[in-house]
Amino acid sequence: MKINTLMAGLTFAATALSSQAQQLDITVTNLTQGIYYTPILIGAHNADTSLFSTGEMASESLQMMAEGGDISGLSMMLSTANADVVENPAEGLLAPTMTTTTTLDTTDGNMYLSLVAMMLPTNDGFVGLDSWMIPTEAGTYTLTLNAYDAGTEANDEIINGGGSPGVAGIPAAPGGDAGTGAMGVTMNEENGYIHIHRGSLGDDDLAGGKSDLDNTVHRWLNPVARITVVVN
Amino acid sequence: MKRSINNIAFVSLLPLALLSGCNDNDSSPMEVEEVVIPEPVVYSYEVTVSNLTYGQPLSPVAVVLHDEGQFWQIGESASVALEVLAESGDNSSFLMEENVLAGQSGTGIIMPGMSETIEVSLTDNEPALLSLATMLVNTNDAFTGINAITLTNLPVGESISLTTRSYDAGTEKNSELISTIPGPASSGAGEGFNEIRDDLDMVGMHAGVVSVDDGLSTSVLTQAHKFDNPTLHITINRTN
Repeated sequence: MKINTLMAGLTFAATALSSQAQQLDITVTNLTQGIYYTPILIGAHNADTSLFSTGEMASESLQMMAEGGDISGLSMMLSTANADVVENPAEGLLAPTMTTTTTLDTTDGNMYLSLVAMMLPTNDGFVGLDSWMIPTEAGTYTLTLNAYDAGTEANDEIINGGGSPGVAGIPAAPGGDAGTGAMGVTMNEENGYIHIHRGSLGDDDLAGGKSDLDNTVHRWLNPVARITVVVN
Repeated sequence: MKRSINNIAFVSLLPLALLSGCNDNDSSPMEVEEVVIPEPVVYSYEVTVSNLTYGQPLSPVAVVLHDEGQFWQIGESASVALEVLAESGDNSSFLMEENVLAGQSGTGIIMPGMSETIEVSLTDNEPALLSLATMLVNTNDAFTGINAITLTNLPVGESISLTTRSYDAGTEKNSELISTIPGPASSGAGEGFNEIRDDLDMVGMHAGVVSVDDGLSTSVLTQAHKFDNPTLHITINRTN
């Protein structure tokens, strides 16, 4: 009798903890000194949903985001899965070392947090958080995020405005500090799976060379972003 | 069975209650006179810093105890004290920052693969926070360290271990020119601190050095000066 009561109580408590709606304050900081983030997409979603997974091929929507900064496809996918979504909290580009904050109210069952944003100037690099389980205990949680390569485009490092999926080249260097006339670093993307970005090469010839990127400005080391989540 | 346990518990509590009552009644003037001014309490920490890099000597490490404040923030301008440390390795201004309650410098350069243990202590005030900074000297303005880690509730004999990443003070362009690198890579030809801020002027994570071997033809650095995160391993051991 007593044992049954206890078990019932535990089950109730576990259910209440795992699916309860939560109110989150989210702060995202661009830790780099030379990379801009295109509009950021944040979602709280269920266990069956993800924006990306390392070692898997990018979805078309992820490719749109990683090559051109277009988050509309991924955002629609999240909405279809009844996720709670924040689009573009920085209202445009998140410049080097800058921070943006937002809030996210999650609904029952949306226990996982994900985030993506394209990194400029790169061909198909993005910063990502994949399905972090939102703690049930109130508190402040800080995570650092790495740079990923969508595996959908050769990292030629040529800035030519190419931002549509499947179109070669880098859309832009928002800092206005890149070069022109590069021959291209590589024509191939041999790893077609989402992987940790190997970093950009760049060069010291802004009027030619292999890369339009400046090797003293557009490189990075991981981590490239910090996210602080306050669970209220 | 249950009842007997309860009885034992009750019985065992009873003498304690009586004893404590007795103590209250027995307190005498003699005992009050025995109260003395307490000895100063010293809070001491041993900080062991290991250089994890291949070819970046570390400038003398600054370790400070404080109760408030941070020594850098991503997206904010570096303080002049941090700028001096990150560009030249001179930690004297850093150790004298306003919020520092106690500071200690390491004895010298920590070479790659080497470690140093630095002791720092504070009397009569348990410090809330510890910070630490050192320059990667074969760079323009790279530094690494700890920014305001909490020491609260760290018992004597217990320690905290962690690794650190490298930051760019943002105060000097990463030209890697021989004239700008104070470390041994320039054989002493390079400048340290310069008050001109010709870079982003905001602290961020360091992107690593490029080097002449990796495409920066004017760099005095070679592949041997490249580094990745983490750059330090640190153990903070509370000894008193």
